[in-house]
Amino acid sequence: MKLLRLARLICLLTILLASLSMSACHQDQPPPWQLSDISGHMPDLSFQLTDDQGKTVTAADYRGKVTLLYFGYTHCPDVCPLTLAHLHVVMQQLGKLSDGVRILFVSVDPTRDTPAVLHGYVSAFDPHAVGLTGSPSDVEALTKRYRAAFTREPGKADGSYDVSHSSGIYIFDGNGKARLLATPADTQDKLVHDLHLLLSPGDTT
Amino acid sequence: MLCRLLFLLASGVMLAGRAQAAEADHVTASHAWIRLLPGELPASGYVALRNNGVSNAVLVGAHSKAYASVMLHQSTQDAGGMDRMTTVSRLAIPAQGEVSLAPASYHLMLEQAASPPKVGDTIDITLDFADGSHLPVAFLVRPANAADAN
Repeated sequence: MKLLRLARLICLLTILLASLSMSACHQDQPPPWQLSDISGHMPDLSFQLTDDQGKTVTAADYRGKVTLLYFGYTHCPDVCPLTLAHLHVVMQQLGKLSDGVRILFVSVDPTRDTPAVLHGYVSAFDPHAVGLTGSPSDVEALTKRYRAAFTREPGKADGSYDVSHSSGIYIFDGNGKARLLATPADTQDKLVHDLHLLLSPGDTT
Repeated sequence: MLCRLLFLLASGVMLAGRAQAAEADHVTASHAWIRLLPGELPASGYVALRNNGVSNAVLVGAHSKAYASVMLHQSTQDAGGMDRMTTVSRLAIPAQGEVSLAPASYHLMLEQAASPPKVGDTIDITLDFADGSHLPVAFLVRPANAADAN
């Protein structure tokens, strides 16, 4: 009776070990990305806009950096700051690696978002954040390029208005290739994980 | 005579109403904070509300000496990933229930500060309820990049 029990135990252990080694095999080739892989589905980063220092910049100025493209506007007190605050935490978790990253906050409200207003805004979140604005047509061209719709909601009596905008964060590698798409629902851990991969020298782009 | 009777009855009802009313009396507020944004940009206010009463408490707005404009808003996201802000005129806190004004959800949009608030300040904002009762709440001013829920 005891022997039978022992045999059963050994049998169970063998199955357990076998399944463990199998899952270990699987872990040799894990899906590398935790965010949505958009490689080949979105065009390379390309724009000509004005940065928050008032300087004309193009996508080429950010070559060599992993860029996080996010559309928003400064008169957005709730969702835009939440996203930027999350990205700030991600930058902190990346530590020294964060020097290889730029957060590109593109205003979809260029009428109100002058470089000076944008500078104060992005600086309040993270030193790696850059505010970008431009003519309404240049901004629209960029949003269309990434199918990031935005609309200006009907104005209120006092002349103020709200802007609806896409909430995705588009991630480009150092060569300006579109690689990943994050949504505000994605955890900071996922962003940190994938940015680590993109920033590591072994990444073949 | 009938008029007088009706008047007495009406005022009696009103008095009774007033005596047990006060939705605000049953609501407790916690984790009240403001995300401060630079310059004259609108800020947002967040607070967790609990209704210990036996009937709904309905938040209809808020006001403050510190901000000329305080509005109850809701951020929503549609299926296409578009973020949108809408004005909320009534927000019911169910009896024995909780509602949170929290990032990416309900929030107070605070505009036209009387004087520029500083991180670490506490700012008094009074929550207004449907029955005319009020709940004063002290909100802690936190930096723009505050990420945890306080």
